[in-house]
Amino acid sequence: MSKDNQILEEFTSKEYEHGWSVNYEADEAPAGLNEDIIRWISSKKEEPEWLLEWRLKAFRTWLDMKEPEWANVKYPKVDLQALKYYSAPKQKNKPKSLDEVDPELLQIYERLGISLNEQKKLQGIAVDAVLDSVSVGTTFKESLSKLGIIFCSFSEAVQEHPELVQKYLGSVVPISDNYYAALNSAVFSDGSFCYIPKGVRCPMELSTYFRINAANTGQFERTLIVAEEGSYVSYLEGCTAPQRDENQLHAAVVEIYAEKNSEVKYSTVQNWFPGDKDGKGGIYNFVTKRGICAGDYSKISWTQVETGSAVTWKYPSCILKGDYSVGEFYSVAVTNNYQQADTGTKMIHIGKNTKSRIVSKGISAGYSQNSYRGQVQVMKRAVNSRNFSQCDSLLMGDKCGAHTFPYIDIQNSSAKVEHEATTSKIGEDQIFYCNQRGIDTEDAVALIVNGYAKEVLNQLPMEFAVEAQKLLALTLEGSVG
Amino acid sequence: MLTIKNLHASIEGNEILRGINLEVKAGEVHAIMGPNGSGKSTLASVLAGREEYEISEGEVIFQGKDLLEMAPEERAREGVFLAFQYPVEIPGVSTTNFLRTAVNQVREYRGKEALDAVKFLSVMKEKMKLVEIDQKLLSRSLNEGFSGGEKKRNEIFQMAMLEPTLSILDETDSGLDIDALRIVSSGVNKLKTPQTATIVVTHYQRLLDYIVPDYVHVLYNGKIVKSGSKELALELEEKGYDWIKEEAESASV
Ligand SMILES: Nc1ncnc2c1ncn2[C@@H]1O[C@H](COP(=O)(O)OP(=O)(O)OP(=O)(O)O)[C@@H](O)[C@H]1O
Ligand SMILES: [Mg+2]
Repeated sequence: MSKDNQILEEFTSKEYEHGWSVNYEADEAPAGLNEDIIRWISSKKEEPEWLLEWRLKAFRTWLDMKEPEWANVKYPKVDLQALKYYSAPKQKNKPKSLDEVDPELLQIYERLGISLNEQKKLQGIAVDAVLDSVSVGTTFKESLSKLGIIFCSFSEAVQEHPELVQKYLGSVVPISDNYYAALNSAVFSDGSFCYIPKGVRCPMELSTYFRINAANTGQFERTLIVAEEGSYVSYLEGCTAPQRDENQLHAAVVEIYAEKNSEVKYSTVQNWFPGDKDGKGGIYNFVTKRGICAGDYSKISWTQVETGSAVTWKYPSCILKGDYSVGEFYSVAVTNNYQQADTGTKMIHIGKNTKSRIVSKGISAGYSQNSYRGQVQVMKRAVNSRNFSQCDSLLMGDKCGAHTFPYIDIQNSSAKVEHEATTSKIGEDQIFYCNQRGIDTEDAVALIVNGYAKEVLNQLPMEFAVEAQKLLALTLEGSVG
Repeated sequence: MLTIKNLHASIEGNEILRGINLEVKAGEVHAIMGPNGSGKSTLASVLAGREEYEISEGEVIFQGKDLLEMAPEERAREGVFLAFQYPVEIPGVSTTNFLRTAVNQVREYRGKEALDAVKFLSVMKEKMKLVEIDQKLLSRSLNEGFSGGEKKRNEIFQMAMLEPTLSILDETDSGLDIDALRIVSSGVNKLKTPQTATIVVTHYQRLLDYIVPDYVHVLYNGKIVKSGSKELALELEEKGYDWIKEEAESASV
């Protein structure tokens, strides 16, 4: 047996750090999925009529759709009728500000290392904390609103800014887009809403922290980001879930709308419970994320560090409609044990002189399967558009798989599209070299993997880059030596 | 400091080392020469703890401890350093970052506190002078795209940073230009103390002009077939290995 194999035999995975759950009294919808449930959710949230109609339309569309089978993932189908579509911690009165939020709920976030106390919290980051189906609080709302920035929970936006929500909801991801997006449109419960007015550069990172706590519920959150002309925002999303034996469904939709000259940076550090080392439990992460560069010279940049979830199905995409608009996708996806990830991006070039850049770094260990699936489409009108794609795979051991599925569709001959792909194994000689300098194997792997993922990690805001590095090391802990 | 007794090592069923005996004392420099494929790098790798080799016989004692029992990183922390014949590339990891991890793990093992960024950089500055290495090189990915000479210079820089007791230099001279050879050798000489020892593996006298050995050994077919003083290297340079091979073959008949 070679050393590589031997060390993999000794495979043990570090326990998931955020696997605890808390008991609190919850306000829940009965299990099941039908029009009554949708009406129940909508009335619970005191939504306007148009939104209920929109949900019902989505539900009817969804009824005629089939769960997609093309992704390179295998899992037992989720019984959607057995799920509850709404679960919210019971709070006596609707809190008007963070001070009124139940301290017990705030503690959940403290325990995750996310302080919602504005005095204590990280400098320069505003947080919207979403627990199961609802947002429990948003920090720095006031100071942001002085600049005209709206950053609040989705439900609140529906109440306070219905005209904005109505204008943009579904404008990037239409309800009929795909099975999970349609389902989300019908039953979404909460999420974050963010609006940056014309010419404003958002002075702090905005972030949403998603936490699933309740059992047998799906989390269907909806995020909508609108950047008006000449504005800038950097947005970060983080997530964890308790360790449970059964699989839980998370089907989110994120829409970004970027007007002329605006820039949106969206970063995700995804750390949902991945299942245990025998592949039991874990989150099904079926997410639709898309942005449109609607105006000329606008830019949308996706950065994702995917370490969690049992099954991931996720393709953050850019529609490059404005001339000279730019789309970027930077991804590190790590799979260990029995995790499966099918992730990548779509870059759709519609405007002239549009540019896109894709950097995907897959890391597979254990018995996991890691697929990159990317599409670059250049429409007829998109003269002089360019794409560069770099898709690298790193394998640890010989029981895991790495796959690359690039699709390229070019309808304009002036387009320049480049695709590079590499597959490498974490080298025994690299590890030995580190060992010979006194570095133990765990740290050697962390060093090598972080070096490999560096180009992507460099895209993250500083504090999160450090977190992401630790997370990569943690995810792979025990995978070698 | 180092005692190797009847060391046999094989890889994939091929016996490469066939009974090595060597005694290295503190303060000494030993040169190991020998034709290509004779087992010099194998010996260096076995001492550093490469796990592909099977040790079928023999023992290696380093400062009173059984070296063969130790994991490679333990040997490094105990003070064994190998300057690789073919240094390995680690993309995305700068030499600085790499060495900071290494130095602090070694320090921890030796019961010293970790160096913070400022202290580390000042130690680095000082050691950089020793081998005249450029700061720019150290911020690039380790060995990636380095020229042959840059890789070798970087190995000796790492040696300076890690302050080993026993240094094994495997063909460090290959790839170095004339000036670099002088600079790097003088760096090695400055790092020498009465408490440290050096084993240099080389094919050429030119290195031994700078790093003057106390003993020269010839490795042939996995055995040390001849040992002598520094004059032996000169003799080899002049006559080649044929006479040694003949001697060795007639002796083994
Ligand atoms: N996996 C292997 N299977 C069989 N033989 C091997 C294997 N690895 C190394 N060898 C052989 O071991 C022998 C010794 O190699 P080594 O690298 O130690 O030589 P060396 O003395 O350092 O040579 P050079 O002067 O060329 O650097 C060589 O003949 C080499 O081909
Ligand atoms: Mg050699």
